[in-house]
Order: sequence, then C-alpha cells, then structure tokens
Amino acid sequence: MKVTINGKRFEIPAGRTILQAAQAKGIYIPTLCYHEKIGALAKCRACMVEVKGSPVLNAKESPVLLTSCNTFVTDGMEIITDSDRAVAAQRFVIDLALSSGNHDCMICEKSGACELQDAAYFLKFEDKDFRKGDYPANIDDSSAFIRVDHNRCIMCGRCFEACNHIAVNGVIKTIDRGYTSHIGFDDNLPMGESSCVQCGECTQVCPVGALTDKKSIGLGRTWEVKQVRTTCPYCGVGCQQELHVKDGRIVKVTGMEKGSPNKGRLCVKGRYGYDFIYSEDRLTVPLIKEKGAFREASWDEALDLVAKKFKEIIVKHGPDAIAGVSCARSTNEDSYQMQKLFRSVLKTNNIDHCART
Amino acid sequence: MTNWEPVLLANVNRPNSEKIDTYLRYGGYEALRKALKMTPDQVTAEVKTSEIRGRGGAGFPAGVKWGFMPKDAPVKYLAINTDEGEPGTFKDRLIVERDPHSILEGVIIASYAIGAHRAFVYIRGEFFLGVKRWIKAISDAYQKGFLGKNILGSGFDLDVSVHRGAGAYICGEETAMLESLEGKRGVPRTKPPFPAQKGFWGKPTLVQNCETLANIPHIILRGGKWYSSIGTEKSKGMKIFCISGHVNSPGNFELPLGTPLKEIIYEHAGGVRKGRDIKAIIPGGSSTPFLTAEKINTPMGFETLQAAGSALGTGAIIVMDETTDMVEVVRRITRFYVHESCGYCFPCRIGGQRMLSSLERLAGGKGSKQDIEDLEYVAKGIYGRTFCPMGTGMAEPVLSGLRLFRPEFEMKTAKN
Ligand SMILES: Cc1cc2nc3c(=O)[nH]c(=O)nc-3n(C[C@H](O)[C@H](O)[C@H](O)COP(=O)(O)O)c2cc1C
Ligand code: SF4
Ligand code: SF4
Ligand code: SF4
Ligand code: SF4
Repeated sequence: MKVTINGKRFEIPAGRTILQAAQAKGIYIPTLCYHEKIGALAKCRACMVEVKGSPVLNAKESPVLLTSCNTFVTDGMEIITDSDRAVAAQRFVIDLALSSGNHDCMICEKSGACELQDAAYFLKFEDKDFRKGDYPANIDDSSAFIRVDHNRCIMCGRCFEACNHIAVNGVIKTIDRGYTSHIGFDDNLPMGESSCVQCGECTQVCPVGALTDKKSIGLGRTWEVKQVRTTCPYCGVGCQQELHVKDGRIVKVTGMEKGSPNKGRLCVKGRYGYDFIYSEDRLTVPLIKEKGAFREASWDEALDLVAKKFKEIIVKHGPDAIAGVSCARSTNEDSYQMQKLFRSVLKTNNIDHCART
Repeated sequence: MTNWEPVLLANVNRPNSEKIDTYLRYGGYEALRKALKMTPDQVTAEVKTSEIRGRGGAGFPAGVKWGFMPKDAPVKYLAINTDEGEPGTFKDRLIVERDPHSILEGVIIASYAIGAHRAFVYIRGEFFLGVKRWIKAISDAYQKGFLGKNILGSGFDLDVSVHRGAGAYICGEETAMLESLEGKRGVPRTKPPFPAQKGFWGKPTLVQNCETLANIPHIILRGGKWYSSIGTEKSKGMKIFCISGHVNSPGNFELPLGTPLKEIIYEHAGGVRKGRDIKAIIPGGSSTPFLTAEKINTPMGFETLQAAGSALGTGAIIVMDETTDMVEVVRRITRFYVHESCGYCFPCRIGGQRMLSSLERLAGGKGSKQDIEDLEYVAKGIYGRTFCPMGTGMAEPVLSGLRLFRPEFEMKTAKN
C-alpha cells in the first residue's frame, strides 16, 4: 500500500496499523500503553496523528485526528505525525500523565529507559511541566523482588494484560474506577501477600518506574550497563534472557522480547535467581570424600571412581540396586542421554527426573 | 396546546398497569400475534419504514441496525438496555415499572425479526422495583406462552432473563454493558467490531434501549407508514420527554418528536417556577450542550437540536432559571462524570479530575484566570479523543458552559 508519512512516500504491507508502519520506518510517535506483545489497547490516547485521504475514515479532504495504534493503513493514506494539531494532541496526554502522579526522574530507577520520560523529552516538555504533586508515598515493598510505586504508575494497563493474558497468572486487577483506579494484586492485597509468583512479567512491560526490580536498585543506570544475550541455565525450556552487566557483574536479568521460546517471559528463578553465580560456596572442582573429609580431585579421577563403584555394586547386588535422577537444569537431550545410559548401559529402568517428583 | 393520544404511555396510569391481564385487556400481545404471522424480514422492513431512531441517546436508526445482524449466524442475542443513568432521564424507569409488557412484547418481536433465541435485560442496579417488575412480567409471559418454546404455536423459541447492574453509568454504554453482562469489569470495547458483528460472548448482538423496543408493537400494529407520518423530517414518532429543573410540573410527557421546546416547558410542564426567565436549558440529558433561552423555539428533534448547537440525546430536558449559578451547574455535572468515569483512557480519567479541581476552586471563589484557561484546554483535549463517547459527554457541558456563560466564570475569579 502506498502511503505518505510526513510527506515521505512509503510502501507498507496491508494489515499494518499506522503506528506499526511509522515504527518500521523509524518515525517516532509517542505512546505509553502500546507494547508489541500486548497489541493496541488504545488507552493512553497519546499516539494521535492526522490522517487524510481515507474514504473509509471519512477523511478524504480534511485531515482527522486518530489514534495510530488501532487505525489500519489504507492505500493512498496521508499521515502526518508532526503537525501542530497532532503534536498538541500528543502533548495533551503526556501533560496529563505528568500532572498526575509523582515523577521524580532524578531518583527513579527507570530514568533513561522510561517511555514517559522519552515522550516528554521528544515533545520538549520543560521542568515546570513535571508538576510534582503532593502525593503521600504509596510504595508497596512487600514482595521479595518487585517494588511497586503507585505514584509513578500511569495506569497504562500493560501489567494487567501481561499478568492475565501473557503470563496467565491472573493476579493483577484494576481496583476502583475513574481517577482513583489503580492496579492491585488479587483482592487489593499487598503484592507480597497475594498469589503473585514473582515472575516479573509485569516489570518487564511496565513503561515507567512503577514496577521495578528490587535487586537492581542503585546498581547501575540503564545507560551504564551492557546487555548480553544468553540462555537461562535453570531448565530445559531454554528461555532467552538478557543479562544487564556493569563492571563484569550482572545487575539485572530480563527476558529477550524477540527470543523464542519465551518471548520475554521468564520465571522467578530465571529472572531473579542469579545470586548463586557470585556465591563463595560454589563448587568449582570435583570433591572426593575420604575418611570423612573432602579433598579436591580432577574430573578424570572422580569419574573413574564413580564408574568403579557402580560396577562393584552391580556385580554384588544387580543393576536394580542403582537409580538415576536426572536434573531439571539439563536439556531434553541430556536427559535422554541419561536414561539411555541407565537403560542400555547400566541395564536398569530405575531412572527418573527431579521435576517429576 | 396540541393534544396527542399517548402511545407509549397509554397504559401507565391505569390501575394495575404492570399486570399482564391489564396489558392483555387493552390489546396487549396482539402485535406479537401479527408479527409471528409475518416473515422476520417483513418485520424488519416495517421497522425500517417507520424510520424510528434509537431512544438510548445515540439516535441510530433501529431498522438499519436490525439489518446489520448477520442472517447466517447460528447464535445471536438481544440485549435490552435498561441502565438509564444519564442525569435528567427517567423515562425507561417509568415504562419498566408501570408497563413492562410493552417492552417485553417489543423484545419478542425484535428477537423474532433478527433470529435471536436468547435475550438479556440489563437493568440499572438501583431500579429495585423495576427489577421485580421485569422478572414478574417475564414469568407471566412464560405462563401465557409468549416466551419459551414454540411461542403461540409459531415454532419460534425465546428465553429472556434479567441481569442487574452494580451501579456504574458506563455500563449503559453498549459495549461496557456487554462486558458487564459477561461478568467482567464494565469497561467499553473497541468499535469496530460493533455488537451486531461481535457482541455478547463474541456473537452478533442487537443492543436496544427499552423505550425504542416499547415502540415496536405499535409500529407492527399500525404500520411503519403511520409511525413515520409523526414527527419531523429526520425525527419520527412519539418520544417521552423527561422534564426537570426549575419548572412547575416536572415529569414525563409523551409528545411527537419535533414539538417545540417552548411548548413542552410552558404548556406541558407548567412554565418556569415563580414566573422567572430561563437562563439555560439542557435539552437531552447532561451530556448534551446547554442552550440559552433564545433557542426556546427549537423543535425537539435530532436534526433541529443539532442545528441549534446541541443534541436530542435521551430527550431529558433540564430547565435552569435566571437565578442559576452556571459555574456550580457545570461543577456538579462534571463531578458526576468524574465519579462515573471508568478510568480506562487517560483523557477522561485524568482530564476529568483536572477539570473538576479547577471547577471546585472556581465555584468555591478560590479560582483564577489560569483555572479557566486550564479548564478550556483540558475540555478541548478530551473532546472527541477518548476511547468511548463518555469523555466527549463530559467535555460538552464544560465547553458549552464556557462558550455561553464565560462572564460568570470570570466573575468568580474577580477576587483573586
Ligand atoms: C456513557 C454512555 C452511557 C450510556 N447509557 C445508556 C443508558 O443508560 N441506556 C441506554 O439505553 N443507552 C445508553 N447509552 C447508549 C448505548 O450505548 C446504545 O447506543 C443504546 O443502548 C442503543 O440502543 P438504541 O439504539 O435503542 O438507543 C449510553 C452511551 C454512552 C456512551
Ligand atoms: S516513571 Fe519515568 S517519568 Fe516517572 S519518575 Fe520515573 S523516569 Fe521519570
Ligand atoms: S510478578 Fe508475575 S504473577 Fe506477579 S503480578 Fe507480576 S506478572 Fe503477575
Ligand atoms: S504498574 Fe506500570 S505497567 Fe502497570 S499500569 Fe502502572 S504504569 Fe502500567
Ligand atoms: S471515555 Fe475512557 S475513561 Fe471515560 S468512560 Fe469512556 S473509556 Fe472510560
């Protein structure tokens, strides 16, 4: 489909929204509630653009103002994202968001990666526009890993969608209505007392600093950390994650939005269970116990010892005297090899997997 | 004064008007018998000929909406909107409480026309008597064979049940109503898809206001042509006008569409209290813009009120005399909308509260010019840009209040 965006001609495949088309061509339109994974909620109304040349939208001659997130491009459409009228409509919404809640960016963990801050910067807001309201602190610190600051929440609805429809944990609710509506956990309980499993999907999609990872607070600004893609070591699902590294240390873990199989999702272990990496108690070499005390050994020595003991037991008591439990941290392929080893080599069916027990 | 035979309100003042026997004694369910002998398409055609437009506020032609219902869909529903929350409006309540069978007959005919076998009444939770009357009417209709299997031997089946709302104005908006009916939080849905395409449980659903439905039996009995002979060019038929405010005899008056505002106020509602002059009139419920006394000769029709700068809405007229403090009126209406905002979209949720803060300061004598400017800026920002039409309904009284009565707002800032 041939469309023009801000006077430039583009060819856009059918079935795209104006926002998707603009983003694909590197044209920024302020948004707060839109997230690729969630789709158009059309809730914040910040993504207003002017549209002309669309008979479907009754906008053949004079341009109409529409939300770009849920308006599909049609052939011959003229889109203007930066006219005075469009910018005024975009500014209006950002102004509303800034004027409600407490936006103290200087001490906010999200500063630098905040979509509200980005939009405000793009639209050239000034410090005076951040009307820091006199709100009583409203922080929910009750859960193990997530800090909830209701005064920074803009009620974009992303966490609601994420918890209910992506992670499908059904914890986050919208409590109350209108101006006093806010997110709540279960029947408006503190997060730590709710049925929340701390998967962190909600923090991953929160566009602002309302839901942040407690473990990362103060450990590094978003622009100071390097992102490293890796596979989660915890289980065979193989979730793709991004390690946020500063000075050689992991300060935060997030799911790779573009990575399969998890598409950004992680479980509580993958997202928050990385302390063990830096534990002093970690075993780094095999240990052999002799006379009640451990001594360090080489891998060859340790494996030879295990093989020798297995053989002895089999000769004396038969193969069924041995059992194997495969670890959930191993991949499917490794677990397959493990049962092969037990069934074909050691000749016993005593093989199980720790996730089954 | 034009004297009109009441059509919709013919029954309401009879003793025991709500009873099925009373309804039957005065010709009730005759239209149903007639409709069941017609084909569904003939019924829809008759409604189209009548040119009746929805009485719930939006004024969409009912026959056209029935025509949108897909013919080949195996499951379809009818949802009856009895949520009546628009301030100033109290007509649906009267029909439901005093003549529920007139609506029910319309429900059965409409269901037959669109091929729905299940209909849901969504009624405002505060209508305690209305709920009882609906339930009683439905169970009596079952007893007499007007509902259930094989209605009057026609082979057509229909079940109707009642769902009570939990106290939210937004649940009157058709898509929020469907969400609520499904047991979810009352928040509007994106349109399109319209309910006629994807409604209750994702199936094609016709949503109709109960006054609209109460007209249907008369249209079937007397014919669409008869109906369209009443009214103005684009506003056909009889309408219940609810009149309140500073008039001597507030109440419901059934008159043809196109009756001049002046006639309704001075001849039917007994004129303005203490013989005072009129300062402002809301012609169609609180989300329609104010009119000044100069517009008093406007005929009460969709197109005529639009030309006068307002809208017919629900036909709820609120009259304010010369002593009225318009800033206070706007504050009070805005407070209602802020309280009722579902909070889904930003302009209505945050903008509404911001307007209310300014209005509270102004009404309390603590406002400044800045408050007036901000009020106008926010109202313009909300207008036409919200997720559902309620935001625009919230901005209308503020914008028209400022347009018509700006000096009153400015007076409030004089001290500061
Ligand atoms: C905020 C809002 C509140 C509404 N409340 C009602 C209501 O209480 N009753 C009603 O019949 N229609 C109400 N409507 C209109 C409905 O959405 C819908 O248009 C109507 O029920 C359709 O029926 P009709 O065509 O017979 O008028 C409301 C609309 C909006 C936007
Ligand atoms: S959430 Fe965003 S706008 Fe608000 S304080 Fe944090 S960085 Fe600033
Ligand atoms: S951490 Fe997971 S379960 Fe808990 S509220 Fe967030 S998304 Fe829901
Ligand atoms: S907590 Fe974050 S994601 Fe959830 S509604 Fe608030 S701003 Fe949006
Ligand atoms: S305009 Fe927005 S916040 Fe207001 S009632 Fe409609 S959807 Fe809810």
